[in-house]
Amino acid sequence: MRRWNGRMTAMFLCGLAVLFLAAVTAAGWGVSEEALVTDFSRKNLGPGVPYLFGTDWLGRDMFLRTLTGLSMSIRIGILAAGVSSVLALFLGTLAATMGKAADAAVTWIIDLVMGIPHILLLILISCALGKGFRGVVVGVALTHWTSLARVIRGEVMQLKEALYIQAARKLGVGTWEIAWKHMFPHLFPQFLVGLILTFPHAILHEAGITFLGFGLSPEQPAIGIILSESMKYLAMGRWWLALFPGLFLVCTVVLFDVAGEGLRRLLDPGSAHV
Amino acid sequence: MVLEANHITFQYKNTNRGDKKHILYDFSLRIGSRERVGIAAPSGFGKTTFCKILAGYERPDRGEVLLDGKPLEAYGGCCPVQMIWQYPEQVVNPRLRMRRVLQEGDGIEAYILQGLGIQEDWLNRYPAELSGGELQRFCIARALGKRTRFLLADEISTMLDLITQSQIWNFLVEEVERREIGLLAVSHSMPLLEHVCTRIRCLEEVSS
Repeated sequence: MRRWNGRMTAMFLCGLAVLFLAAVTAAGWGVSEEALVTDFSRKNLGPGVPYLFGTDWLGRDMFLRTLTGLSMSIRIGILAAGVSSVLALFLGTLAATMGKAADAAVTWIIDLVMGIPHILLLILISCALGKGFRGVVVGVALTHWTSLARVIRGEVMQLKEALYIQAARKLGVGTWEIAWKHMFPHLFPQFLVGLILTFPHAILHEAGITFLGFGLSPEQPAIGIILSESMKYLAMGRWWLALFPGLFLVCTVVLFDVAGEGLRRLLDPGSAHV
Repeated sequence: MVLEANHITFQYKNTNRGDKKHILYDFSLRIGSRERVGIAAPSGFGKTTFCKILAGYERPDRGEVLLDGKPLEAYGGCCPVQMIWQYPEQVVNPRLRMRRVLQEGDGIEAYILQGLGIQEDWLNRYPAELSGGELQRFCIARALGKRTRFLLADEISTMLDLITQSQIWNFLVEEVERREIGLLAVSHSMPLLEHVCTRIRCLEEVSS
């Protein structure tokens, strides 16, 4: 039995975070029907047993609603962050390897997208696509790729000039092998960190535009909907309607950060002995 | 085989300073397979630049590099002219284990590792886990592939202590003699070059 070390802790935390997020996603999916059930005999109950997070003014179980909302948010987050990271990887590599014209074009698009405030562009795209799930995912994906694309463009440019890659070329290593063996191990952690940093943004922006009324429709129990509805009842002292969903949204975002940090430590040779 | 540098002229273009000084001007050199040529010059006289041109990392502004009468690009795959750099940390990928770094070389045989004093245990390490001197031995080994016909050694022993220097140079001289590899050694140290080389050329400052 090897001595317990920091690497194992990182692996453990990372695994735990992924497991928890997967469980929430699956559970939320499973109880999405029950989350819609209204029952006026149990409305406005505070947190306790059997309704852990209490119930709302229609007698809906807030625990189930939170689970479903989180599940929806995680799915939207993963999808949007995934699409936007792949877009960033593709455009960043394109800019760095396909010559000056491609570089100028991609840089121009990056500046264009970055020049417009995120939330504004997000609302525009989401509205243009008829709101809903598709509108939010496409909107978030199209607005969040720019900074990662810049990082990847810079990284590829630097790698192209790296002496060890030039030396590998002289040793007769082929272009694809260089891309796979030498460039990929450098780009992958950047890509992963970018992906994981995009995720909280994606979730929070999804909740944001849904809260503002430009995202998911009100019958879908997304966290943004729950929060915006609970606004009206906060003044009446029903704090549990906003507290638990909000808290769990923060938890989800933090857990993704923990998972990402753990993965970074495992992948980075500089922290091999931590 | 013969490695020829004919009338090489080179200057760095993207300097901020206005002076467009040639770093090499009309410099020619011929190295045969059985020769060990030393290049001596003070800092900034273009020793490394000359090596880079000979190995094909840089193109000269004028002049040409020929291997047996053919330009270097004509040799596909593993380049027969291999350069060993002064700073080994920059020439190995920090994310690859040393075993994979060596695999990039053109069939490196076990006796080479032995002759350079590379220990079996080092093969499983990452570059960050080796010292500069240990890393340099890997770079030397990697350049000694089967198809290597000329070796350009650019200040390869500056980070080694004297005992290791002599161990490595003795092995290298023996190896290039046996396999008829032409050697170009660059160093500040005249005694070292006198010991290792069959002849010595000095780079002069270009006054243009």
